[in-house]
Amino acid sequence: MIKPGSYFILGNHACALGAIYAGCRFFAAYPITPQSEIAEEMARLLPKVGGVFIQMEDEISSICATIGASLAGLKAMTATSGPGFSLMQEGIGYAIATETPCVIIDVQRVGPSTGSIFGQQGDVMQARWGTHGGIYEIIALSPSSVQELFDLTIQAFNLSEEYRVPVIMLSDASVGHLRETLIVPEADKIRLVNRRVATCNPEEYKPFEAPMDKSPPMAILGSGYRVYYTGHLHTEEGHPILSLVRYHLADKVWRRLSAKIRSNIDKIVMLETKYLEDAEVIVISYGMSARAALKAVMDAREMGIKAGMLRLVTIWPFHDSLIRDLCASAKSIIVAEVNNGQILYEVKRAVDGDQKVIPLLKLVDTHTPDEILLKIKEVA
Amino acid sequence: MEHPLRSLIKVENLPHEFCPGCAIGQVYHWVARAVDELGIDMSKVVLVSGIGCCARGVRFVRCDALTTLHGRAIAFATGIKLANPKLTVIVVTGDGDGSGIGGNHLIHAARRNIELTVVLLNNGVYASTGGQLAPTTPYGAYTSTTPFGNIEDPFDLCRLLEAAGAVYVARWTTYHVRPAIESIKKGIKKNGFSFIEIIGQCPTYLGRYILKLSEPVECIDWFKNKSVRKELAESMSEEELSDKIIVGEFVDKEKIGLVERYRRLTEESVRSDV
Repeated sequence: MIKPGSYFILGNHACALGAIYAGCRFFAAYPITPQSEIAEEMARLLPKVGGVFIQMEDEISSICATIGASLAGLKAMTATSGPGFSLMQEGIGYAIATETPCVIIDVQRVGPSTGSIFGQQGDVMQARWGTHGGIYEIIALSPSSVQELFDLTIQAFNLSEEYRVPVIMLSDASVGHLRETLIVPEADKIRLVNRRVATCNPEEYKPFEAPMDKSPPMAILGSGYRVYYTGHLHTEEGHPILSLVRYHLADKVWRRLSAKIRSNIDKIVMLETKYLEDAEVIVISYGMSARAALKAVMDAREMGIKAGMLRLVTIWPFHDSLIRDLCASAKSIIVAEVNNGQILYEVKRAVDGDQKVIPLLKLVDTHTPDEILLKIKEVA
Repeated sequence: MEHPLRSLIKVENLPHEFCPGCAIGQVYHWVARAVDELGIDMSKVVLVSGIGCCARGVRFVRCDALTTLHGRAIAFATGIKLANPKLTVIVVTGDGDGSGIGGNHLIHAARRNIELTVVLLNNGVYASTGGQLAPTTPYGAYTSTTPFGNIEDPFDLCRLLEAAGAVYVARWTTYHVRPAIESIKKGIKKNGFSFIEIIGQCPTYLGRYILKLSEPVECIDWFKNKSVRKELAESMSEEELSDKIIVGEFVDKEKIGLVERYRRLTEESVRSDV
């Protein structure tokens, strides 16, 4: 295992290390560029810490094995890229419905279809709405650096265990394939969260009963609770609802899948802000583009333009009211993202028509600071 | 008098939604009986199923159970077994679930010889969606999606699994009660991937539309009359066997399983400096 200290390291390797530090002891994946270095590093590290690595036959089985391992008590993760992420969507839905903690790293790449292996931020909406059914919330994080691939992977596990929800890391090729400095802290300086497990009498245990703002304690397979898990609409006892007449029994359970995330949004959402207090032009960005945005904003300030930056570290849940408040002083908001406009519409919805929201969309790779600066000067 | 297996059944989950005369009850009965006769603690057993009629039965057995995604039971079971090798993990699946949508996972689980037992109920049809063509539907059969007769050949699942590397492969019908239970027991005891195919009646679709039989018991009679023991079949011509169900144990060998191989790898990796 890597010792605390400073390392010059590949982003994808930092992600794997973060997972190990977070307590991840099961990893299943299928090779796909630009994700593969995560799997390669996990294959090397996991046996040394008593964990399990398995290369599955496809992405579908990878997410399924990951969920199975989590239900059996291990912190579990899978990693993929866009096309594989699409294949995982049904499994992600199952993890949401059964409240199974797991972490999915999506090193995004150009699409639609197999596209190419260049980076993109194209799976933002897929992460939010990719699985079928309209009543759920997930958590998605967006790293901007190698250090964050380490830190946020740990955070992803913590959030996943706390809220018993799949947490998706929306990385992309340009961050995953970046080499830069990683500071690995002392292990005891890292805060870890473990799922609450059932401790009550098995006869009294209701696997899906919890207050609306919480996830229930979990019965690990083999721990004597003889629990039944299903992705079907189910009651607090876990019974599937097979008749519409009994639908009301699942209503609370299904509403809680959203409520447990939404009611904790202030605890979950992380944003990074620079020069927002008096900003007249705000650049909203995430991932690698946010680094270019910061440089552009600093350059604009030197030119006397009151520019500011808002970086989404947590992309989902989207904190509408906080983002509206932070952008209150701005006349225009530039949304810089590497896709055809996904967060753009979330921002428009959040600020509710009071300000001009200007897209700065690139389709592949990442923005340069100059591209963003040019836009700032244009709208200032 | 109480049913001898009552303690193994979650009676509180009754009633079930299976059609009268369905083979699914038999299959779960046999799985529960096999576990019981082997003296395995039910709280250390996990039953994993996918989607379809057969998948619905797991919640009636008094152990941990999962109804997962269509075709993905083996993938979930792989994660469970690797995460906690002390658990006895049994997949109960149908022919559509296990060999149609889930065919890829089935052959790869056999190839990697993971210590799972798959009990596959083959009724030759997709039943829960209304009797459509399955990968196991006989040639020429009329189903709701083969209104002019099936033009495809069915899988011989036991031969497929034998080729893929399973260490135990057996096939029985719902007529062969005791041999089927013994095979399930043998499969569970194997330190590798075991596959037990049960040819069973779906009175609603297989019986009525494919075999043109009116009663479930006639299906079982039909299985009885069409079954030929593997040993006997070896002396019969291909023509004689064309409409027969060959039953028996096809593979029974020893090969180190994936969990054990991984355990050894873990020990070695700690010593090595990769």
